[in-house]
Amino acid sequence: MHGGVRMQVKCFLAVVTATCVLNADVFAASPEPPPAAMACSGCHPATASVQTPVPRLQGRNATEIIEQMQAFRDGKREATVMGRIAKGFSDPEIQAIAVWYAQLN
Amino acid sequence: MIAKRLNRRSFLRNAAAAATAPSLACPAIAQGQARVVVVGGGFGGASAARALRRLNAKVAITLVESNRTFTACPFSNGVIAGLRDLKEQQFGYDAAAKDSINVVFASATGIDAQARSVILSTGERLGYDRLVLSPGIDILWNALPGYDEAAAEVMPHAWKAGEQTALLRRQLEAMEDGGTVIISAPANPFRCPPGPYERASLIAHYLKVRKPRSKLIVLDAKDQFSKQRLFQDAWAKLYPNLEWVALSSGGKVIAVDAAAKTLTTDFGRHKGDVVNIIPPQSAGRIATTAGVADRTGWCAIDPVTFESKPVPNIHVLGDACIAGAMPKSAFSANAQAKACAAAIVRLLAGEPVVKPKLINTCYSLVAPDYGITVAGVYQPAAGVLAEVKGSGGVSPLQAPAAYRAQEALFADGWFRTITAEVFG
Repeated sequence: MHGGVRMQVKCFLAVVTATCVLNADVFAASPEPPPAAMACSGCHPATASVQTPVPRLQGRNATEIIEQMQAFRDGKREATVMGRIAKGFSDPEIQAIAVWYAQLN
Repeated sequence: MIAKRLNRRSFLRNAAAAATAPSLACPAIAQGQARVVVVGGGFGGASAARALRRLNAKVAITLVESNRTFTACPFSNGVIAGLRDLKEQQFGYDAAAKDSINVVFASATGIDAQARSVILSTGERLGYDRLVLSPGIDILWNALPGYDEAAAEVMPHAWKAGEQTALLRRQLEAMEDGGTVIISAPANPFRCPPGPYERASLIAHYLKVRKPRSKLIVLDAKDQFSKQRLFQDAWAKLYPNLEWVALSSGGKVIAVDAAAKTLTTDFGRHKGDVVNIIPPQSAGRIATTAGVADRTGWCAIDPVTFESKPVPNIHVLGDACIAGAMPKSAFSANAQAKACAAAIVRLLAGEPVVKPKLINTCYSLVAPDYGITVAGVYQPAAGVLAEVKGSGGVSPLQAPAAYRAQEALFADGWFRTITAEVFG
């Protein structure tokens, strides 16, 4: 199962990389985030200096983000709001978001 | 020389466009530096300007805002209840300026949609390829008979944070123990649906601790409100001196007398020692001036791009827009701003816009260590922003104190995070 997820992640990475190259003129600073990825930063801080119990997502392992989101969605991890939010995302959406955050610093 | 450079650029652009997706629109970026003007420096506008810069280093961005200091509404109920200082609500625009955003401190007095320019109070005109309006709300003075700007100096609304927030705080501090506080809550739609009830909770907390013989009455123009069961369960446990009067029980205030601090409802009269009127509202005035507000006073938008339905090249965000299932909250405005910025980058490049997916979470404090939430995930469906089926919802009705305390802690973290992203 883990291997399956990793392989899908690799595929997504390839797609994201290809998109970046083609759009390099427009998105010189950073690749375009997938839908909803930017909404995560309403609660997940972009910098480590923000005092909050909510973790940063930038640079985290993509597989880890995917597994946590699926655990929130399926009620396997206790949560306050994340269970309710994760239920709004499909597997491909979660994967795209995870891969995007993983490649940021 | 310029022509040569443009030709080379447009050649590269066309080559890139041909490799990705067919493009019929004439990309603004290829014609020179694209110009985006953002009017309103709150959670919507300031987020939009900064998100645009993060997505695109080249576009010329101007942010128009009349105040040098922004005072945030979320958490301002804590100021009213004496739990935090107004200064903790205040932010500036230095970080935006450092992002090479041209911050102009003036008010936008007119929009020439044909010429695509914004007219400022200074007389200056700002041309745009895309305009973002995030004007927040305006109070509809006299929509509630007797409630005008002079009345607000006696019975503050405190629904735009700042001096009004401080005024309501001072009135509560000056009130004798045993006094009556009245909050008048409006009919839908209005800024921050759970806001009146968080305010009632935190004022009740202040009274309980400091002026326990006092009482608080909420006169409501509605029978239902956001997170109602959660609020009412908490009130029953924590605040026996808080009385909520629903529309059907005569809660709707139909006239106010500021001099007598008296409110008239369908069923009678209420006199308060401190009176907080949360009045009827509309989109900020510039939305009406620009022709983007409809007869309801709010702005219809395309849920994919946030572009105004009646006026092309103008995007409307935040409290001012009709966002379907999304509530009028700072979190929504921030999420909408980032989705709109991504859409604008693609529109300027003549590329197809990707359907956005948005999140909202509204935190409310019932007491300093007692937080409750409503969360939702949204996407465009049938022309509106609709909640994704099976997602979202409110905090559980039955939960241990530790859960409520954790949500209060997350609320605090949320405020630090969003203000760092928008103003830090």
